[in-house]
Amino acid sequence: MADDDDALPRAAGRPSLMASSGPGPSRLMDATEIGRALTRVAHEILERNKGAERVVFVGIAARGDDLARRLAGEIERIEGTRVPVGALDITFYRDDIGMRAEAPEVHETRIDFDINGRTIVLVDDVLFTGRTIRSAMDALIDFGRPSAIQLAVLVDRGHRQLPIRADFVGKNLPTRVDEDVRVAIREVDGEDAVLLDEALGVGARGGET
Amino acid sequence: MNRHLLSIQDVDAEDIVRVLDTAESFREVGSRVIKKVPALRGRTVVNLFYEDSTRTRISFELAAKRLSADVINFSTSGSSVAKGESLKDTALTLQAMGADAIVIRHSSSGAPLTLTRWVNGSVLNAGDGTHEHPTQALLDLYTMRDRLGRLEGLRVAIVGDVLHSRVARSLSFALVKMGAETTLVGPPTLIPPDAPAWGVEVGHDLEAVLPKLDVCYLLRVQKERQRQRYFPSVREYSRLFGLTRSRVGLLPEEALVMHPGPMNRGIEIDSDVADLPRAVIEEQVTNGIAIRMSLLYLLLGGSGSAAEPAGVRAGTADG
Repeated sequence: MADDDDALPRAAGRPSLMASSGPGPSRLMDATEIGRALTRVAHEILERNKGAERVVFVGIAARGDDLARRLAGEIERIEGTRVPVGALDITFYRDDIGMRAEAPEVHETRIDFDINGRTIVLVDDVLFTGRTIRSAMDALIDFGRPSAIQLAVLVDRGHRQLPIRADFVGKNLPTRVDEDVRVAIREVDGEDAVLLDEALGVGARGGET
Repeated sequence: MNRHLLSIQDVDAEDIVRVLDTAESFREVGSRVIKKVPALRGRTVVNLFYEDSTRTRISFELAAKRLSADVINFSTSGSSVAKGESLKDTALTLQAMGADAIVIRHSSSGAPLTLTRWVNGSVLNAGDGTHEHPTQALLDLYTMRDRLGRLEGLRVAIVGDVLHSRVARSLSFALVKMGAETTLVGPPTLIPPDAPAWGVEVGHDLEAVLPKLDVCYLLRVQKERQRQRYFPSVREYSRLFGLTRSRVGLLPEEALVMHPGPMNRGIEIDSDVADLPRAVIEEQVTNGIAIRMSLLYLLLGGSGSAAEPAGVRAGTADG
């Protein structure tokens, strides 16, 4: 997700969130809680869609794609159905290109299946303003005409700026706007956790240049 | 990234990797049914071509259009330039019209640099005199990396009229920056005397070089150079330095044949050599669009200023 790209760069060699000094973030969810939340969300997706035959997952890079793969793993474990998983980078669809000093870093997009007529479950780590999801929906429409798009997020932290809501939520976490919710994922960050950084000023966010 | 792309010499290896990596994403865009993304909506890109060019101009035009930018093609024939307008006045006019980027090709080396003095937008060099053609070098690097998986340690020969070739200069500088072993091959009259200072090897015997290559990069023979007595005849050039059907067998099995186009079939490259699977000349063209999209995106996708306007952070595309 774009928000956390800034805070948690995927590239190796950059300072990791876990190594940050200072007061440190507080932990809102640990690996066990995240695992349980994903299992429940997988069940909800199956319940809502009466199985997973028409369902495909598209995760928003970075971290949303990893979460999408985990959800697909859960669904295979529960129902034995293999759900296709794609990764979507929304950078070229952002509404703030040219407003930042540098062009935002681009991740890989890989949707190597037909989305026409399928139900897409869009997966992201944190739902905040809703702008990433708006960009993602615009991007998906360029790939075809899905019969429906549903939204699954690990954390909904509120403060929407667009009329967007999630269909499946791992955990609702009321936050202040100036707080920073970050999701760490084993595949990218070495561990699973949801962390809250309090009152990081607008200009003080990690990774932002 | 700098605000302009004038020469490979201004670009460091880290930025080259960034341009190539970003181009990967744009090549994926080029494989979609809808090959267009809204990244540069509302931006204006001007193609200012003082020299004839088909492929480079079309490639830049397609790249800008696939990014949703508005494109103006300003060619010199039939324009105010034909009426005697100077580069400066043309630049000031384009500046007044709000061009965000100017892609310039000019017969004078250094014209793109001069242009930067008069315009606020980004300037991209699409070939200036015998100086540089940086976007060609970047698309060539992309093609090599894509096909061979790396650039460091690649053994590349650039064959032909290096002396008059901006492609050869940009590509040599770029290959050296990326750690490739580069050899310039051609008649002594067509190898620049200062070439060893570029960090490259020089050779005059193509057949001795071919068995050690990963990439054989052929330059176009500019036939007018024969009249200027740089080589005795096109036929002799072809006999000594042309990649013929028999010579191509000297290359290792995996080695690529590349050419910046337009080709003279039967002179620097035999016609059936150009059609071999290892000749990736059309891939170079396809990759050129992705590279130019990557450059336009990286140069125009930021505000260019260190300070962020108020409200961008709090109300970004996040979440």
